[in-house]
Amino acid sequence: MANMRADKNPMPHQDPQVRSRNFDEVALGYTAQQAVDEARRCLNCKHRPCASGCPVQINIPDFIAKTAQGDFEGAYQVIARDSALPAVCGRVCPQENQCEARCVRAVKGESVAIGRLERFVADWHNAHAAEKPVRPAPNGHKVAVIGSGPAGLTCAGDLAKKGYDVTVFEALHLAGGVLVYGIPEFRLPKSIVQKEVDTLKELGVKIETNMVVGRSVTIDELKEEQGFQAVFIGTGAGLPKFMNIPGENLKGVYSANEFLTRINLMKAYRDGADTPIQHAARVAVVGGGNVAMDAARCAKRLGAEVTIVYRRSEAELPARAEEVEHAKEEGIIFKTLTNPVEILGCHNPDDPRDPKNGSVCGIRCVEMELGEPDASGRRRPIIKEGSEFEMELDCVIMALGTSPNPLIKSTTQGLDTEKWGGIIAGEDGLTSREGVYAGGDAVTGAATVILAMGAGKTAAKAIDQALSKQEKL
Amino acid sequence: MYRILTKRPLNPTVTLMEVEAPAVARKAQPGQFIILRVDEEGERIPLTIADFDRERDAVTVIFQVVGATTEKLNHKEEGDFLQDFVGPLGRATETEGLKRVAVVGGGVGTAIAYPVAKKLHQSGCHVDLIVGFRTKDLVILEEEFRAASAQLLIGTDDGSYGRKALVTELLREQIEAGAQYDRVIAIGPIPMMKFVSLLTKQYDIPTVVSMNPIMIDGTGMCGGCRLTVGGQTKFACVDGPEFDGHQVDFDEAMIRGAIYKDFERRAHDAACNLFRREVE
Repeated sequence: MANMRADKNPMPHQDPQVRSRNFDEVALGYTAQQAVDEARRCLNCKHRPCASGCPVQINIPDFIAKTAQGDFEGAYQVIARDSALPAVCGRVCPQENQCEARCVRAVKGESVAIGRLERFVADWHNAHAAEKPVRPAPNGHKVAVIGSGPAGLTCAGDLAKKGYDVTVFEALHLAGGVLVYGIPEFRLPKSIVQKEVDTLKELGVKIETNMVVGRSVTIDELKEEQGFQAVFIGTGAGLPKFMNIPGENLKGVYSANEFLTRINLMKAYRDGADTPIQHAARVAVVGGGNVAMDAARCAKRLGAEVTIVYRRSEAELPARAEEVEHAKEEGIIFKTLTNPVEILGCHNPDDPRDPKNGSVCGIRCVEMELGEPDASGRRRPIIKEGSEFEMELDCVIMALGTSPNPLIKSTTQGLDTEKWGGIIAGEDGLTSREGVYAGGDAVTGAATVILAMGAGKTAAKAIDQALSKQEKL
Repeated sequence: MYRILTKRPLNPTVTLMEVEAPAVARKAQPGQFIILRVDEEGERIPLTIADFDRERDAVTVIFQVVGATTEKLNHKEEGDFLQDFVGPLGRATETEGLKRVAVVGGGVGTAIAYPVAKKLHQSGCHVDLIVGFRTKDLVILEEEFRAASAQLLIGTDDGSYGRKALVTELLREQIEAGAQYDRVIAIGPIPMMKFVSLLTKQYDIPTVVSMNPIMIDGTGMCGGCRLTVGGQTKFACVDGPEFDGHQVDFDEAMIRGAIYKDFERRAHDAACNLFRREVE
């Protein structure tokens, strides 16, 4: 008999007062007892609405049933059939819009906490499983994967499991892409990402860091000189957007990418770190997505008073509700229906050598109101006449979204892209170049980890179908 | 890991290192740069490629000890390894079709000017290489410079070697004497590049400068290296590092370059203390 409790087992968290001063993980995870109790809330519906809401179609009722029986390793094996990164997805997937949104239990009360269960099962496996993954027999085909973010890691993992000789090329010094440079430690501990990368290595995947494809080597060279029969481009959307308002190049204005990379990849928050970061007193983060929340919460942890400045209303915030709530609990101030028009710089007329000259000292904003819906379906923000006001600040972080990096396009002849930079790829990931596939943010523009994984998976399947017909090397 | 093949001090604060980095050596062109990390905890710093030898998989960088990272780098010896060494990054210098060029270098920037001068010289272009240093003890690479130019002009601020003149004065003399330059390439401290650009503007000579701002990834991801060129924001790492000297906002670049000055000073002191302790 199912557990008919109406609400989810709550997720244990670090206290907001404490966690806003450290970078340790905020959510602490279910205990085995909580997991079993939560799993027993699943009705094991025949038509499996949850699974159809999952971009990689994990067999959710099956893994939950195994969890309810206390067979956690069995549950993990069910997830692992479809997902390469369960410990990651259990933490960062927007389950409320995917699997959990379709859960029958959500009709009366709350859905089953599918994401929390996925996380529990994956963590249990990582802590207890002793068996190394079995390296499959080589099938004689060579594939190059460009980028080691969620799309690339998934594609590489799926192909390696089928015996492909896979090499992943990563531009940075560490594999993981946005999982290591973008998402903070307190939301996704880097040891988890490292574990996933290590698993791929055990499967035989080679990872070459410090390789900027387009500069260190081109796609044509990979195919023609190095014998890769297929190439998957999973280079993400890493190019930061700015507002093009006056003052954006002042000292103390960061892109969220730069701010987060300094903290997450370079560990600039640690005492004695080699990489510097500004420890500001008052910070504004411009934008309302998950990246804006991450940047705001990092700035808070560095000791700042932090305000999110967002031009629409709270209802339109693109960030996950959970992230917004966590940010609020930690004391982040939300100034919605507000848009910056100028960043103000310090200028000491008496001392041209004053180090403060050229630094941010404030931001001029206008208030907004919502008009008719625009192309995105959201109500268009319109400036309220005469509403200008200023805020005193010493740091501004622009979290306005990112677009795909043009480096691959500009160095790969015949690779078609959209006007805004996205690589054009068919449903199976095939681009305009033979044997070259693409997926994830590089194709769609900035989206989610799980969608990128789904694209990596689809491309792996298409590559397998194409290459299994070809001659081996 | 990337092995240090040779290490040679060029003057008391400037060091040349040849590093084994096959992927970089294979593709390197004058004007491009690399990013390195000295060790596992190290910061990523950009350094311009000073030379390369494709046969030996070797890439040369020349650096001045200014902060904690360059201090640590300078404590590495031949046979030691660097944690990371990635490149070549940025765009290569455009050298095609140039008949007569003045390559102007200041301080350690002269080392960066060297590969461009060499390439131009080898391709038959008439190169006047104008280099400036504070004082005699800091003069570097004189033989290499001479071999890479039709004419080498050296100036020092105090007159202890070569002419007592700034590079802008030496350049002006050449122009006034009738040298018809297709292009001036200026590489060095920001004020030097600024004043060379102001000078050449008067004579309407196309001028290229090489910017070396703070950056992290070097692939266009962080935007930390942005600068204003002709009123537009550009990323030095992917749009540069070379830009039209008549369009660059040098004053802004100077301010942005000083963002972490305090941090760097403290970190450098800490690093020096650390090495001192190791010696004792």
